Amino acid sequence: MSNRNIFRKSLLAALVFGGVSSGAHAAGEQYFPLQSYRIGPYAAGGTGFFGGFIDYLQYVNANGGVNGVKLTWSECETEYVVEKGVECYERLKKGLNGAPAAATNPLSVGIAYATLDRSTADKLPLITINHGRTDSTDGSVFPYAFPLQLNPYSEVSAIVNYIGQQVGGLDKLSGRKIVTLYHGSPYGKETSEVLQKLADKYKFELTLLEVPHPGNEQQSQWLNIRKIKPDYVILRGWGVMNPVALKTAQKVGFPVDRIIGNIWSNSEEDAAPAGAAAKGFVSITTHPSGTAFPVLQGIRKDVVDAGKGNLADPKRFGTVYYNLGVVNGILNVEAVRIAQAKFGNKPLSGEQVRWGFENLRLDDKRLKELGALGLVQPLRLSCADHEGGGAVRFQQWDGQQWKLISEWVQADRGFLRPIIEASAQKYAKEKGISPRDCAKES
Amino acid sequence: MLYTEAGQFSTTYRADRRVFRLRQDRIALGTLLAFAVAVVPLIGNDYWFSAILIPFLVLSLAGLGLNLLTGYAGQLSLGSAAFMAAGAFAAYNFNLRIEGLPLLVSFGLGGLVAALLSIVFGLPSLRIKGFYLIVSTLAAQFLIPWVLVKFGWFSNFNASGVITAPPLEIAGYDLSSPGGRYLLTLAVVIALAWLASNIVRSELGRNWMAVRDMDTAAAVIGISLPKAKLLAFGISGFYLGIAGSLWAFTYLGTVEPHGFDLARSFQVLFIIIIGGMGSILGNFLGAAFIVLFPLLLSNLAALLPVGLIDAGQLENIQKMVFGALIIAFLIREPDGLARLWQQFRARARRWPLRY
Repeated sequence: MSNRNIFRKSLLAALVFGGVSSGAHAAGEQYFPLQSYRIGPYAAGGTGFFGGFIDYLQYVNANGGVNGVKLTWSECETEYVVEKGVECYERLKKGLNGAPAAATNPLSVGIAYATLDRSTADKLPLITINHGRTDSTDGSVFPYAFPLQLNPYSEVSAIVNYIGQQVGGLDKLSGRKIVTLYHGSPYGKETSEVLQKLADKYKFELTLLEVPHPGNEQQSQWLNIRKIKPDYVILRGWGVMNPVALKTAQKVGFPVDRIIGNIWSNSEEDAAPAGAAAKGFVSITTHPSGTAFPVLQGIRKDVVDAGKGNLADPKRFGTVYYNLGVVNGILNVEAVRIAQAKFGNKPLSGEQVRWGFENLRLDDKRLKELGALGLVQPLRLSCADHEGGGAVRFQQWDGQQWKLISEWVQADRGFLRPIIEASAQKYAKEKGISPRDCAKES
Repeated sequence: MLYTEAGQFSTTYRADRRVFRLRQDRIALGTLLAFAVAVVPLIGNDYWFSAILIPFLVLSLAGLGLNLLTGYAGQLSLGSAAFMAAGAFAAYNFNLRIEGLPLLVSFGLGGLVAALLSIVFGLPSLRIKGFYLIVSTLAAQFLIPWVLVKFGWFSNFNASGVITAPPLEIAGYDLSSPGGRYLLTLAVVIALAWLASNIVRSELGRNWMAVRDMDTAAAVIGISLPKAKLLAFGISGFYLGIAGSLWAFTYLGTVEPHGFDLARSFQVLFIIIIGGMGSILGNFLGAAFIVLFPLLLSNLAALLPVGLIDAGQLENIQKMVFGALIIAFLIREPDGLARLWQQFRARARRWPLRY
């Protein structure tokens, strides 16, 4: 297109003149388009996540960028609304002042769905950390989508494994009762099928109860739970549904430490509003909250104390959403770094960064260098596996903050993989996609 | 002076009855269409196609669908988004389950399913009127998305309950590029807008207007109220169903039932209120206002230096400005933008003389 020509020419001109003048800008910049949401019903999640993400990018810049390539970004407000997210995607995808876009991180299931086809067509990675379409784990069908760390199936599998640990082994699950209370939306329903498969495998009794959106009235569901007398309740909530669930559980006398919150029921904003009713509530997390990690100390020193912190409320530094943003920043920047090792230390195209994501390797040694040991789980992605981790830790709310109560609990990924592949194949058939042969990818 | 009818005489009844009697109007419309069909695909970029023009066209079509029902036949409805959802999911299922069904035929079948549902939910209109009718259509708004979420069959047992666009191919041409999707949308919208402008001038359209203005009087002069009302619901549902298919397949690509919630119905209703009830052009003006103004404000806001105003505050300010604009427009012209345009034309015909 003509725009690309202009872009090439200006890049060329920039190279020529940059080389002549000083070279200060010769290294160029790598751009992150941020489809953020700071207003609307989910602003708490958006401000925390994008605050952490931006602060990490600032921290990287304060320490010389990625091999000398500075990071740049701009925001576009989505309000968590799909059309706005699409508009932002189209507005930002071209990059900023010649800096090419690395990847998009909408942190919204709806927006991720709506930009899935576009990302593939535009060759721009779509990162859905801890959420997204489960079958996009299969990178042979979804080359540009990355549900990093934890997809929804791994999430419930890990929860079931944890419950197994608590009752003294997975074989002891037989005959136990588990209730899943889920948000009445595609997100909430996503795991119903796989939970049923797990129930069949381990022979526990599963009851699925739906809470209509937004979930501020749950009396009948909890009375039902009292009747069933389950051993555990898995809370698959979102937003206001979480504190209401905890309060109602207390009202009907269900022990709160037998409620296990999923990945979107695990923040301070989910537990604190329930007050005393939340004390003892258990939830999963892929990343602990807290500020003790060296990388967070670094951000505090170089960014927050320098007065450049992105959070409007500095007290939220180190909370669950903020740290998720930092983790997301680490993963994005590492992908760029790994891609640079192959393509050279310069701003990279989305296609090149995609290679970086697909070859993302984070072991304990590298995590220690990053100051994020214990904050990020070891990850190993490949063409076939766009998730990489699949482990969670469990945490308990002590009335003030989250306390970790378990080591990493791994999902049964071998059991899930065939289900994921079957779903991805179905999608490929519907869309007329011929999957890549992962054996041939380098 | 440029826009005057001096010297233009109708010599046949046919010429006298045409929609655009003025030569200038015909030239302007022809130029606009030629520009949209031939020039825009060449000069547009991905952003204009995917973020502005396609949603504008689809929402115009949805507005048109509701306008036939509310603006022409006088039946209030808050179920627009539900019928859009029904159309989208039906088109998806027809395309999926009938091998080799052409895309446009699936759109049409999706529209028919939406039309049938719309007639069913329109049945109470035979007994109740006005605001009470809203309740019946509101039921559709809650029932249809609930059914689509509840029964996995509608989304081909997709774990998240979403549907994804089939390959956009018509007669061997691949239309999946942004330009192709724009042309597909544009073609459907032009065809349906042409059809609508003829419907409202037909006997049926005149019956609708009679029912709208006073249904007792209409019944007295021999207009069958059930037929007129149910046809209005059916045809409106058909338009909304097609708009839903386009929204799902040419605009977003993947949608969940939640994407067609009550807020979308209100959006369509606002389009016809701002654009103008009982006007074909009004839908396009209203949709342009609803789609373009927030984008314009947001793009303007992006030009402000970073950090001058807090990002969240800036968004809220845009909302306030947009709200104020709506109020200002409706105070200036309660009958909508179409009426403003009409007045402007009337003045232009007399210019430079005073109106």
